[in-house]
Amino acid sequence: MSSSEMRRGRIDTQGQLKSEPLIFERGGPGRIGYALPELDVPEVNVEASWGRDQMRRDLVGFPEVSEVEVVRHFTRLSQSNFGVETGLFPLGSCTMKYNPKVHERLARLQGFAEAHPLMPDQLSQGALELMSRLERALAGITGMAKVSLQPAAGAQGELTGIMMIAAYHAHMGEQRQKVLIPDSAHGTNPASASLCGLEPVQIASNNNGTIDVAALRATADRNTAALMLTNPNTLGLFEEQMEEISRIVHDCGGQIYCDGANLNAILGKTRPGDIGVDVFHINLHKTFTTPHGGGGPGSGPVAVADHLAPFLPRPTVERELSSGRLRLEWERPQSIGRVQAFQGNFAILVRAYAYIRALGADGLRQVAEDAVLNANYLRVRLADHYHLPYPQPCMHEVVFSDRLQNRCDVTAMDICKRLMDYGYHPPTVYFPLVVHGALMIEPTESASRDELDAFAEAMIAIAEEAETDPERVRQAPHSTSIGRLDEARAARRPILRWVPREAEEPATVGA
Amino acid sequence: MMSTNDARGGGKYFSQGPDDRRRMLDRIGVKSVDDLFASIPENLRFCEPLPVEDSLAELDLVRHLQDLAAQNGPAGGALSFLGAGCYPHYVPAHVDALIQRQEFMTSYTPYQPEISQGMLQSIFEFQSLICMLTAMDVCNASMYDGGSGVGEAVLMARRLRKRGGRVLWSEALHPAYREVAMTYATHLDLAFELLPVGSDGRTVLSEIDDDVVAVVLQQPNFFGIIEDLRRAGENLKEAPAKLVVATAEPLAWALAVPAGEVGADIVVGELQSFGNALNYGGPMVGFMACRQEAVRSLPGRLAGQTVDEDGHRGFVLTLATREQHIRREKATSNICTNTALCALATCIYLCSLGRSGLQELARTNVAKGSYARTQVVTDAKLPAVYSGPHFNEFVVRVPEDAEQVVRRCGERGVVPGVALGRFDPERRDQLLICATEVHRRADIDRLAATLAEVCS
Repeated sequence: MSSSEMRRGRIDTQGQLKSEPLIFERGGPGRIGYALPELDVPEVNVEASWGRDQMRRDLVGFPEVSEVEVVRHFTRLSQSNFGVETGLFPLGSCTMKYNPKVHERLARLQGFAEAHPLMPDQLSQGALELMSRLERALAGITGMAKVSLQPAAGAQGELTGIMMIAAYHAHMGEQRQKVLIPDSAHGTNPASASLCGLEPVQIASNNNGTIDVAALRATADRNTAALMLTNPNTLGLFEEQMEEISRIVHDCGGQIYCDGANLNAILGKTRPGDIGVDVFHINLHKTFTTPHGGGGPGSGPVAVADHLAPFLPRPTVERELSSGRLRLEWERPQSIGRVQAFQGNFAILVRAYAYIRALGADGLRQVAEDAVLNANYLRVRLADHYHLPYPQPCMHEVVFSDRLQNRCDVTAMDICKRLMDYGYHPPTVYFPLVVHGALMIEPTESASRDELDAFAEAMIAIAEEAETDPERVRQAPHSTSIGRLDEARAARRPILRWVPREAEEPATVGA
Repeated sequence: MMSTNDARGGGKYFSQGPDDRRRMLDRIGVKSVDDLFASIPENLRFCEPLPVEDSLAELDLVRHLQDLAAQNGPAGGALSFLGAGCYPHYVPAHVDALIQRQEFMTSYTPYQPEISQGMLQSIFEFQSLICMLTAMDVCNASMYDGGSGVGEAVLMARRLRKRGGRVLWSEALHPAYREVAMTYATHLDLAFELLPVGSDGRTVLSEIDDDVVAVVLQQPNFFGIIEDLRRAGENLKEAPAKLVVATAEPLAWALAVPAGEVGADIVVGELQSFGNALNYGGPMVGFMACRQEAVRSLPGRLAGQTVDEDGHRGFVLTLATREQHIRREKATSNICTNTALCALATCIYLCSLGRSGLQELARTNVAKGSYARTQVVTDAKLPAVYSGPHFNEFVVRVPEDAEQVVRRCGERGVVPGVALGRFDPERRDQLLICATEVHRRADIDRLAATLAEVCS
């Protein structure tokens, strides 16, 4: 049976329809999924109060559906989505570990969920206490001096960090334009540098996959604002020459920014602040297991060395020595400003804090140990079947390439689609760019040995299929609700919204 | 070695038993896990326990967090009339239940569309709803918040105009949004100028010459006033400046003429009001919408419709060449994550209220805001500062320092509003009050009585 034949019925073995119409294609006039109490204050004639020419006539195209229809619609949509609890999710660089359920309960405590960010400080002591303790914990974990919890995501943390470095150099009376970035870096690194008006300069990796120190030494000069590095890097390898790297950059007056995406590998083993890093951002949605949410929200706290603390976003959380009370400190004359309208993603901070408290020092170290153990176990189990560009022991993630499978015209993309048929979310593919046809596998510490064995066996089976039945791999996935989608067409003729049939009529009166 | 994992110290979050670890180490060919960290030079290793607080087993963890939550006003029953960019609206239980489905909550960005159609389709539905609400052609899949959204909108306006110059923005554009935008634009060739509001609370538009890159208004504005967007659109029709309309309280758009109808180039802002709790200010739900011709300059992710090999409709992330993972330093923005789960809550909420419910809720908010204004003006004898039509917020003048008024009301269990002196020292005697459907008549009466007592 071909793929399309299997999918043609579009009914699975539970008798469920696998494709779900748009919500706009459901419902009917007069249906509603919401109940408002009776109005207990005088009604206002809005048309008279605002003037008719300020009014819209209707919400053309908005659904009219009952609560039942809403719940069934989104429940069915969820069933064609793969989450961390569905199965192993070895997406390199994303740290898809288990998200504890208790965090959902804690984030929804009334005192947190109903707290308004502009409450007077004396009514926010619980929130400020949590933020203060989380800052202290993150400072201790990273070996840095001070932390801001304001940035809403890793990329925003990077932007904040680079802005602080630029402000620092300006404060020192220097104009430095260049940001040195390894060719293995995540795309947000050069994008963040550009957003600050600085010029990204690429530094090559050496044959071991780490920064070419000679190239760095030749490039770093008095125009270098910063080096942005990731450690361990995006190949899962520790930058062993960190001491020399730090010396080179600091000797010419530059600052070291470290992307904390791979913190999971080094918890309790080494601390960026101890090894030369001046600014470090943390992805709470990676290392500290706040849920990925299908693409967000994340949280990207930024941790700095003492000399950069004056430039942190405002407000900061400070404790009054006399009373012990906490307050938001707005008087920060050298602050770069703010990157969020309020204090950061507080509900996400609650989850990260709860996680750190649940683990403690021993648990945090165990995270790194199991994460690294798991990745190395997959490295040795798969090394005979997939090309390993860097054969040395890895840290929490291992990067293979599709070179061997290319001989049968099977690519990394094909392999990852075929893995879906085996019940896995694929690893990261085609990143980092320094490896052609990269497959980046990060099992995290959440995986058990038997889960890893099953995953390895699936990967080995696919490697065999690539040789014996490559077409089956190239045509994958076969068992998902939809086949490979025409991405070229989506970009060529973008359809980015549903359009109601009534859209020809103006939505306002008096237009 | 222990025979079972110690369930304290988060032991229940690890899936390897001691025997598993030993067998894996054997298979790898090392004696201990420390050998796997050999790549960290000895002098760079951290050899003490991390300086963090003692671990707590789940029962103790819950108690500890409950203690912290209890130290916040809402837990103690404080009645709050705070708005100013973060609005208390009732979130139906089914919205919160649906976003906790692990398939949504724990999933990753839908880069593998075959196993992410749930998220992709709901993003497409979200984009569609916001386009309809704002009367714009394209909306992205969400951004961090309204503040960073306005920052990115200013950057986008500059890109579209292909030149630097002046940005004219209303003093009734949320002060925090302005501060974030200035942080984002620090190194750019843009000068920011404030447009004042009149006695009706609406922005006074001046001459818009060719040097103006963008004009930024907010609807409803920071003082709760409904701006005359139709007139603003008329004024700007001939000008090359981009009209950017921001919103912090999009519920008003269920009733007010949408900016896309009157000539806005970019609509941006905050959707927290739709389906998301206050959460002490985060996570929020930013968004940006634009015209079809500007889509390649739009930051953020976009879900697009396409077909699979059998011609069945499906959805993918598209136009990725704008984004950091493809274009790197030439990307329209560095944005990577969005606020997908919060945007999903917004989508579900809007679907649930639907065509009639959203308008009914908006009318209820007008009624509550209006009743609150009347009661505060007549009972507490505090004059309203602006005369124009307003949504669910309004500004009153208090006899002295509004911070003191807030403090004294706080002693009586009421947080009456935002003292505006924190944003502008000239407004030290002004209080911004918000009343929504969550405030009962008796709550509003209590607000007025408390203010009357405190301000007499």
